[in-house]
Order: sequence, then structure tokens, then C-alpha cells
Amino acid sequence: MTTPGLVEPLPPGFLNRFGRGLRDWVPAVLVFVLGILFWEALVRGLEIQNFLLPAPSDIVETLWVERDQLWTAASITFREALGGWIIGCSLGFLAALVLARWRLLSTALMPYAVAAGAIPIVAFAPITNNWFGVTGLTSKVVIAAVLCFFPVMVNTLKGLTSVPASAIELMHSYAAGEFTILRRVRLPNALPYVFTGLKVGTVLAMIGAIVGDYFGGASGSLGVQIQRWTGIFAFEEAWAGIVVASVIGILFYGSVALAERRVMAWHPSLRGGRPE
Amino acid sequence: MSGSAVVSLSNVTKAFGGGVTALQSIDLEVQPGEFVSLIGPSGCGKSTLLRIVGDLVEPTSGDVVVNGKSARQARLDREYGIVFQDSVLYDWRTVSKNIGLPLELLGWDRSKRADRVREMLELVELQGFGDHRPWQLSGGMQQRVSIARALSFSPALLLMDEPFGALDEMTRERLNAEVLRIWARSRSTVLFVTHSIPEAVFLSTRVVVMSRRPGRIAAIVDVDLAQPRGADTREDARFFELVTEVRDRLREGGLDADRTAPGEGELVVGGETP
Ligand SMILES: Nc1ncnc2c1ncn2[C@@H]1O[C@H](COP(=O)(O)OP(=O)(O)OP(=O)(O)O)[C@@H](O)[C@H]1O
Ligand SMILES: [Mg+2]
Repeated sequence: MTTPGLVEPLPPGFLNRFGRGLRDWVPAVLVFVLGILFWEALVRGLEIQNFLLPAPSDIVETLWVERDQLWTAASITFREALGGWIIGCSLGFLAALVLARWRLLSTALMPYAVAAGAIPIVAFAPITNNWFGVTGLTSKVVIAAVLCFFPVMVNTLKGLTSVPASAIELMHSYAAGEFTILRRVRLPNALPYVFTGLKVGTVLAMIGAIVGDYFGGASGSLGVQIQRWTGIFAFEEAWAGIVVASVIGILFYGSVALAERRVMAWHPSLRGGRPE
Repeated sequence: MSGSAVVSLSNVTKAFGGGVTALQSIDLEVQPGEFVSLIGPSGCGKSTLLRIVGDLVEPTSGDVVVNGKSARQARLDREYGIVFQDSVLYDWRTVSKNIGLPLELLGWDRSKRADRVREMLELVELQGFGDHRPWQLSGGMQQRVSIARALSFSPALLLMDEPFGALDEMTRERLNAEVLRIWARSRSTVLFVTHSIPEAVFLSTRVVVMSRRPGRIAAIVDVDLAQPRGADTREDARFFELVTEVRDRLREGGLDADRTAPGEGELVVGGETP
């Protein structure tokens, strides 16, 4: 060090990748901690009854005590959600490919698809329980799948068909066929849209699985447990279940968002470069 | 009609639905190695004409022969390199991969492709930008990538539709010089659409002046400026004469169109010429 007293500048990548990341997180973490403290103080100070709102410390304690049951419940419900998500998203994606290829089909079916997408499908939960069995995972998987299907299909179709005309003309000028255009232009163009659908799908799949459970699910599943605990006035346990459901939902969404970042590293929006 | 022409249009007419006659009775021959510019008022059918030559639009009637075959066959034989007004680069491909796209479609193997892409990057002076994404480049650089892509597979015919329309005057002049250099080196035939009279004169061996409603060829001006052209070409007295001539022809074209279609023409010309 030839200039003692001067602070060595950090390597440029360091600030970007680490320092700024950390600094970005600080306010959010602070809000979280303050929120929890406020909640704790509120419950203790006003002596709020636990059936209205248990204290966070009690919930955390229950999380630990009931960890085995919660783990089993989480794994059952997550399996329902994941299964439904995979099936629903795959079918939605395939349907979009078919509809994008045959325009006539898409003009004939899209109004119904849009209408169907607006139906609150969870209303069918009791019915699918009748159709596919109350205690099995299948009925919940089906609801989650149906919920995921529409956003993925509609978004993917939008991505496949919203390619600028000149991007297609360029491929035509190279005498490229429909399949080549699909693979090299339409699919990459649709990727951001597909991921939007997939992310929305994670949320819907969790909702579908848990609401499905509420109408009678596999014994020990998260939805069934939350309901049972509420019924026997075990509110700390019920809240612990809700916390677990939230954490699964966030991790599910987050892992898809992470995959998006990796797969679409080329996308201008993810690089912080020129916006357009 | 000579057999050696790269492009030969005879009696080409294009009517769009809704009664718009975009082009009427176009006859034009482009010889190998020529640089032909199309110039004319907005809406006179320049882009349509270029698209017809490139088989991206079908003419309503008339014949299009490219290198002795139909435009469609020429397209299937990949004889066109097209440069659009916006550079049409794919964001999900790096600059190198954008340039190499036609080569991939032609089935070139990886190492041959990499060599050619490197050559092309040098040609348009973008060495070191191969791994960038298109959106990390300036508009002028993007347009050079698009030119490199069009040239990468040495197409028989380059079709350029206002490639520099969105650029500032300085960049435009620099890229004009670059296009001429590339054209001289690659010995390709170019059909070039522009709105700029000096650009047309500076670049071309012939300038095709078009008039609108319906789109027709009003005049063809031979540009007899010496090759190779450079900064001093723009100072040449002959350059100014030719610019003036093209401008006069453009004006006459406008008036002609007025006479043939009084109702429509008046409205349009009245709106633009004070
Ligand atoms: N796909 C289309 N459908 C209907 N009309 C069209 C279509 N494409 C072009 N036209 C019409 O044909 C005429 C010529 O259009 P074209 O784009 O060829 O003009 P241009 O000379 O390239 O104009 P500009 O200089 O503004 O680009 C215009 O009147 C336009 O409205
Ligand atoms: Mg045009």
C-alpha cells in the first residue's frame, strides 16, 4: 500500500453483486423485524386473545414443537400443488402451441378459454373431491392443474403470437419453415410470457391445493390440519400451519423466479442495461 | 430484357385491399454489381416494391425475375440479404449469433460459422462486440450488425429498406461510406430505399425516382460520379447537380401524380408542399 490512509476502492463487480445487494435488502429486513416486534408488542400489550391473533413467539414455538406433523402436512400439500402445477402448466403450454399454430382453432376457442379463465375454479373443489376421491391427492392435483392451465396458456399464446412482423419476415427471407420460426423466434419471444404464467401458476397451485384440502383432503395435509386445529381451538398450531403454507408458497414462487433469471439472462429487463 | 439482369420487373402492379394501388406498371432492371436507390414521397410504394422483389409480398400482376428465376425460387435458394429500417435483431442472441443466424439456417458447421462471423465483425468494425447483446449497442451499431448479418452468406442481392432512416446525419454519412466500402469489396448488387436525396446520389449508380398515387417510376437518374466515392464526393460540383436533378424529378413526379389523380393528389401534395 503506497498510500496509507486511503481506502482501497472495492472492485467494481463487488459492489454490484454483493454490496448493493446487501444494501437493497437492509430496508426490507428491517421492516420485517419491526413488523414482527410490533405484532408481538400488540398481542402482549393489548392482551389479545389467541383465537384472534397469537403472538409470533408462540407461533414460532409451536412451529418447533409440531415440526413433524407440520413437515408431513407441508410435504403432502406441496406434492398436490407441485403435481397440479406441472400438469396444468404443461397442458397450458401445449394448448398454446396448438392454438398458435392453427389460428382458426384459436379464434374459435379463445373466447371460451378467456371465459373459463374467469371462472373461480376453486368453487369446483367439493365437486372434484366427489369425482376423484376425497382422501386422495388426485382431486387436489386436478384443481391445482386447472387453475394453472389458463394463465400459462393465455400468456404463452400471447408470447408466441406477439412477435413483430419484421422478425418473422426476416426468417421468411431466409426461407425458414414454420417449425424453424417456432423454435428460433416464437419460443424465445414467448419465454418471458411463459415465465409470467408459471409464476402466477405457483400461487394458484398452492391456493388450489389448500382450498381442496379444506373440503376434505388427504388426512394430515396442511389444509386439513389447519381446519382441524381451528376446530379444536389450537390456534397457535393453525397459525403455524398458515406460516408453513406461506413459506412454501414463497419458496415455490421464488424458485421459479430464480429459474427465470437464469434462463432469461439475455433479457434487457434483467440486466439493468438499456431499457429498450 | 437482357438475360443477365439480377432483378427484372416487368409491368408489376400491386393493389392492396381497400382500393389502394400501391404500385402501377413498374418496369425496372438491375444489372449485376449495380447499386440502385429507390426514392420518393412517403407512401409511394418503395417498401412494397422491395418486398415484392424479396418475395415477402406477392404482386397483383406482372413478372418478377431474379437471377433468371421467380422471386419465390430465389428466396428459397436464399439469394436475398435483407436489411430492414429497424435492425430486427433477436435479443436472445448475442451479436455474433445474430450475424451467424443465416449461416446456421444454411447448415454451416460451427467452426466455419465462427470464422465468417469474425470476418463480418471486422468488416463492420465491431470487433470485440461479438458477445454483447443487441440492446447493449447504439442504434448505428445495431444497424451495422444487421448489415453484417445480411452480408454474412454473400447473397446475390442486398435489399435495404431505409436502413439509416432513424440515425443522425453524422452517423448516417459514416455508415454510407461504410456501405460503399462493403459494396465495393463484396461486389454484391444492392437495391436501396431511402428518403434522403444526398444519400441516394452519394451511394448509387442509378437513382429511381418514384411518384405516388399510384406508385410509379417517374424518372431514372444515372449517377456518373467517379468510384470510389468518399468525403470529397460530397463537395463535388457534379454531386450538387445530381442532387438538384433528383429533387426536380421528385417535384415533377409529385405534379404528375396530381394530374392523374386530382382529387386525391391535391389533398396530399397540398398538405406537404407549401
Ligand atoms: N399490408 C398492407 N395492406 C394495405 N395497404 C398497404 C400495405 N402495405 C402498404 N400499403 C399501402 O401501400 C402504399 C405504399 O406503402 P409502402 O409502405 O410501400 O410505402 P413507402 O414508399 O415505403 O412509404 P415510406 O417511405 O413511408 O416507408 C401505402 O399507401 C400503404 O398504405
Ligand atoms: Mg417504407
